[in-house]
Parts: sequence; structure tokens; C-alpha cells
Amino acid sequence: MNTPTPTPKIQIRDLFKRFDGAALNALEYISLDIAPNEFVTFVGASGCGKSTLLRTIGGLETHTSGELLVDGQPVDGPDIHRAMVFQHYSLYPWMTVGENIRFCRQLAAHTRNRTSSDVEAASGRADALLRLMGLQASEHAWPNQLSGGMQQRVAIARALMGRPGILLMDEPFGALDAQTREVMHDLIRHVHKLEKATVVFVTHDVEEAIYLGGRVVLMAPRPGRIDTVYDVPFGEQRDQDLKHAPEFLALKREILDRIRETAGMKTDLEQLQRLSGALATDSAAA
Amino acid sequence: MSSSHVITVPVSDAAIPVVLPAGPVSPALAAPPSPPPRRRPRWLTVRAPISRRAYWVLAAVGLLTPLLVWAAFAAFGGMDPTFLPSPAAVVAKAWLWATESGLLEDAGISIYRVVTGFLISAVIALPLGLLIGTFRSVQALLEPLTDFIRYMPAVAFIPLVMLWIGIDEGSKIAIIFIGTFFQMVLMVAEDVRRVPAAQVEAAQTMGANRRELIEKVILPSAKPALVDTLRITMGWAWTYLVVAELVAANSGLGFAILRAQRFLQTDTIFAGIIVIGLIGLLTDQLFRLAHRKAFPWLYLKG
Repeated sequence: MNTPTPTPKIQIRDLFKRFDGAALNALEYISLDIAPNEFVTFVGASGCGKSTLLRTIGGLETHTSGELLVDGQPVDGPDIHRAMVFQHYSLYPWMTVGENIRFCRQLAAHTRNRTSSDVEAASGRADALLRLMGLQASEHAWPNQLSGGMQQRVAIARALMGRPGILLMDEPFGALDAQTREVMHDLIRHVHKLEKATVVFVTHDVEEAIYLGGRVVLMAPRPGRIDTVYDVPFGEQRDQDLKHAPEFLALKREILDRIRETAGMKTDLEQLQRLSGALATDSAAA
Repeated sequence: MSSSHVITVPVSDAAIPVVLPAGPVSPALAAPPSPPPRRRPRWLTVRAPISRRAYWVLAAVGLLTPLLVWAAFAAFGGMDPTFLPSPAAVVAKAWLWATESGLLEDAGISIYRVVTGFLISAVIALPLGLLIGTFRSVQALLEPLTDFIRYMPAVAFIPLVMLWIGIDEGSKIAIIFIGTFFQMVLMVAEDVRRVPAAQVEAAQTMGANRRELIEKVILPSAKPALVDTLRITMGWAWTYLVVAELVAANSGLGFAILRAQRFLQTDTIFAGIIVIGLIGLLTDQLFRLAHRKAFPWLYLKG
């Protein structure tokens, strides 16, 4: 494993997590350093604990043992430096798009000790985020008037509004159609470059994980653990064509195969053939 | 043999639409001119919308049919008018009641009792339900007890209420309170629990403290459901009116119905029931109107 430069943004050492009454550890022996401004993606079969790990980093779950440091400080509950973007149902339907994005300005944690120039900067930032996300025309719309992709743009803008050092994303594009997802991929890469935030991104889509990540962390289920960490060798300049490059496809295949192995799910094609044969005879008889 | 084709054909078909360019296809090109498919009536298609006009026609039919059946029975059913008065007789009675024996006063005092009992119930149930729905500890402490009490029949509390509160206005309001409060607490708690976790957690990761989570996320998020809960429990409050006015009342719609029973004045009973129904219908519509005005994003068209 390569050791990232200066002090890691996130340090995880031997982290264990067991839910109340569960027989297996949800997470065990998790050790990982994430550098400032890194874009790390997590993939793995369902039940591998990738979302649990993300939520633990966010302070939404507690860990059973081990060490979890952010900027050298132990994580104790959620705070303004680690904003989370969810798959859906996180926008506030009673607020317009603009109000959603400015939501954190209503919170004491963001307005303590503020000066008038801070307020000005914040309103400028809200406008900038609206522009960056292509939401100017929707500022006064209700969230439920927007498409799923536009709603996720609002959720990302809202999370960025408070200038979090870390952006935690829990399958944020999982509910979007393929075309919208491609657009969002390039958008989030652009945002990452611009905002200099550390991004931790959980997905079940391997292509997405490789395209977005500087590193891809593959987790294995039952018990949830880190299996392999892949360095993605495609640099910073990426475009959609990369997804068809042979090296990209090879890496994708390698990761997909490894996920299948860790999940113990080898599709038995012969068995399937036999079954479909039986199905055909059945319907012929009918 | 033919049935096996029926099964396999759609499988190969399924890939084709993906290849086709998306976009409007002229119907003339898409299908050869053939007799237009016979359209089934939409009003018996599962969940299909119906036109506004059809809605009002059906609503009118639904309301008028029982009225006509009632009128027909009263006129030709050979029923003793003492037991089944005609609609006209009920209207005449209601008019008499309104002009000479104080229908408005009766309705007024009943509305006062129902609304007061309902408001006291809401003032306590809203914060309590909010706490039960928000904190697991409060839920563990109070929900089993509430679940237990709500199955107790409100009528059975009448003797106790008379002993403890007496027989004045307070006792009638107390019965309505008992009838609505416990249901209301549980419904409010459920409304609060239905606030999506992601809404709360997103605010937490933006630095919201506990008070802000409740005031700026949970309460506004649950508000539309809460107004619906109030609308529904208001209906229940009205159903407890007659029970409440069993307690030494000498005025009110429920009391009038009970007294009419004693003198076999079925026309008054009918009139009383219908007046209560109309007041209920009116409050319900007012709640719905308020809902539309207060939560416009829930009523967007298109």
C-alpha cells in the first residue's frame, strides 16, 4: 500500500464495528489512510460494510474499537467538516432549491462569530454553487419539480455550501439513469478539482468507482473488511472515452472478478442452461 | 408448440426499442390505418385518473342516491313515519329547530365542546408525540402506556369523569379529550417517525444541533402529515360528541338527539345527525384548504 503524502486527512487503524445483537462484525481490521484532496471510491458486494464505514467516518455510526482520526482528531459524532450526500430523500421538500442550498446558513454552527463580510461571501458562494451545478434557472423551484439528477445536484451543492473538508457520498448516483450518471461523473470530478475537498465515495458500480477514484478500495462481506486497494493509473485528465480504453476495461474486469470471488457468487452457467431447457420443454408441452 | 413461441418472441423483441432513436413517432407512420382500438371506460381502470367533470357527476350520484332511496322508502315502503320520516319532514323539522328551538345555540355549544376538547388534546399530543417519535427513550417510556389506554372505551370513563370533574362543561370536554388524545399522540409520533432518516442525517452532517434538528428539519418535514392527522382526529372528536352529551347536558346537538330518542322524534334525530355530518364535512374541507395553502409543493401540477 502506498503511504500518502504529509499528514493523512483521514486515518483509520484497526477499526471494528459490530451492531447490537449481530453474530458477525460489520467491519473488522479496517486500516486505511486517506490523503487531503484525495478521491477514494469504495466498492464491494452488498453487505461488505462500505456504507457503514462511510457513515462511521461521517460520525453517524459509532465504531466498537480501533481508531478513527480526521485531521488528527478522533471522530465524535457528525460535524460541519464532513458533509454527507445520500442516494435520495435528503432534500427538504418545503424549501426551494435556493433555500435548500443555503440551509446550513440557518445553523448556529455556521453563523457563530460571523461578520458582515462572511455573510456576503456566503451569499456569493450560494450563487456560485447554483451556477457551478447548472441550477440558476431552478433556484426558486421546489425540489419535487426537478429530475433525479437535478435533485442530486442540489444535494451536492447544499453539502458543499458549508465548505466541508471532506465530502462523503453514499451511492449518490445509484438511482439515476445511465446518461445522467455520466454527466454527474464529470461534474463531480470538476467539483473535486475546484473545491479541494477530500471525497470518499461509495458505489456498487465498478466503472463509476474507477472513473472517479484515485484509488478504489474493494471491500469483502461477512465479515466486512478491506480486501484490495487498487491504484487507478489514469491520472487527473479523464473523459468518457477512457471507459472504453483496454486498460480501463481490464481493471474493471479484474475488480469485478474479485468482487464475485469475495461474495462467493460464481454464476453456474451450465446449471442455468439446464434450467432454461426445462423451461422451454415445459412451455412446449403447455 | 405455438405457445412456446409466444414465450420466446418477446425476449428477442425487448432489445429492439433500445436501438430505435428516441423521439416522437408519427402515429400515421407507426401503425397502418386500421379501426381505432375500442377504448375501455377509464373509470374502472386501476388507479387511472378521471376527468373533473366525471368526478363531480359521480360525487353527486353518490350523495343523491341514498337520499332518493330514503325518500322512496319513506313514501312507498309502507314504513311508519314515526320510525322513518321523509326527507321533507326532516328538512321541515330542521327549519323549525333552527327558527324556533335554537338549533344554532345547540350547534354552537357542541362546536365549542368539540373544538375545546380537540384543541386541549392537540396542544398536549403534538409535543408529546414529537418527543415519542424523536427519542427512543421517550418512546419506550410512553408508547406502551398510550397503546394500552387507547383501547379503553371512552364511554366507560363517564362515571369516573363525573366523579372527578363533575357534571358541568369540563366533563363533556374531558370525554372528547379522552376519546381523541391517545389516538392523536400515537398518530403524531408515527408522523414524526416517518421523516426520512436522510433528511435528519444530512442536517447532522451540516452541523445541526439537537434543537435545530427538531425545529428546522423534523417539525417542518412532518407538518403536512400532522395537519392531516389533526383533520382525521377532528372527525373522531365529533363522533364522541353524543357520548359526551350523555353527561347531564341540557343543550347541544348530541343532547337534542338523545332527548328526541326519549320522545320518539325520529325527524329530530335525523336532522341532528345530518347537521353534525354537515359540520364535519365543512371542517374537513377547511382543513384540506389549509393544507393546500400551507404546503403548495405537494399540489404541483405536471
